[in-house]
Amino acid sequence: MSFVFWLLAAITVAGGLAAVLLKNLVHCALALTVVFAGLALLFLQLDAQFAGFAQILVYVGAVAILVVFAILLTRSSETPKDGGVFSRTWGAGLAISAAVFAVLGWVVLQSEAGLPREISVPNVTVLQIGNALMGRYVLPLEIVALLLTAALIGAVIVAMHEKGDAK
Amino acid sequence: MTGFATPLTGYLLVAALLFAIGLAGALTRRNAILVLIGIELMLNAANLNLIAFWRYLPHPEALTGMMFAIFSIAVAAAEAAVGLGLVISIHRHAHTTDLDEMNRMKG
Repeated sequence: MSFVFWLLAAITVAGGLAAVLLKNLVHCALALTVVFAGLALLFLQLDAQFAGFAQILVYVGAVAILVVFAILLTRSSETPKDGGVFSRTWGAGLAISAAVFAVLGWVVLQSEAGLPREISVPNVTVLQIGNALMGRYVLPLEIVALLLTAALIGAVIVAMHEKGDAK
Repeated sequence: MTGFATPLTGYLLVAALLFAIGLAGALTRRNAILVLIGIELMLNAANLNLIAFWRYLPHPEALTGMMFAIFSIAVAAAEAAVGLGLVISIHRHAHTTDLDEMNRMKG
C-alpha cells in the first residue's frame, strides 16, 4: 500500500511542479493531465471508486481538453518575447505559497497524534450513491444541474464572437 | 506503513503540497491560462483532502464526504468552462493573455 501511495504522490507532485514551471503552455497542459490522472489513481487508492472515475471523466476527459483548446485558440504556446514567463512580483508569490505550505504542513504534523489509526473501509456502492443522489441529495443535484446549464450558456455567450466590433 | 503515524497524514501532506504548488502558479505566472491551471490544482488538492477525510475519519453518514467531493468536481468543471471562456474573450478584445498587460476593465 505504502509504496503505491508514494509512487502516485511523487507522480502527482512532479506533474504539478511541471505544470506551473514549464515555459511552453502545451507542455503545462500535458503535465496538468498527469496531475489529474494521478489524483484519480489516489482516489482509487482511497477506495473511492466513483470519485476516481468521475475525476477521470470530468478532468482528464473534459477540463484538460478545454485547457488545450484555450491555449491553442489564444496562441499562448508561443513564449513571450520580453522577459520570462513569470510575473515581476514572483518573489512575493513564492514566499506566500511557501508560507502557506509551511503552515499547512505544521498543522497536519501537529494534529497527527489526534488522527485515528486505522478505520474500516467505508462500504459505499454506486447503487447507494445513485439512491442518495435521487433521494436525500436531490435538491443539491438540481442546483448543480442549473449551475452547469448557466455556466454552459454563460461561457458560450462570453466567448461568442461579437459582430459589432469585428476587426 | 507510510512512515507517518497514520496513512491520513501522507495524503494531507500531499494535498497541502499540491495546494501550495497551485497557489505559487496562480500568483507568479504571467499567462492567464496558467493562473486558471493553478486554481484547478488548488481545487483538486481540496478534493483530495475531502476524499482522504472521508476514508480515514469515523463517519456516522457513510456518504457525506464522497458527495461533497462529487459536487465539488461538478462546480470546478463549471468554473473552468467560464474562466477559459473569459480568457478567450479577453484575448479577442486585447490580443493578449498576459496578466501584466491587462490593466483596463473597459475594452
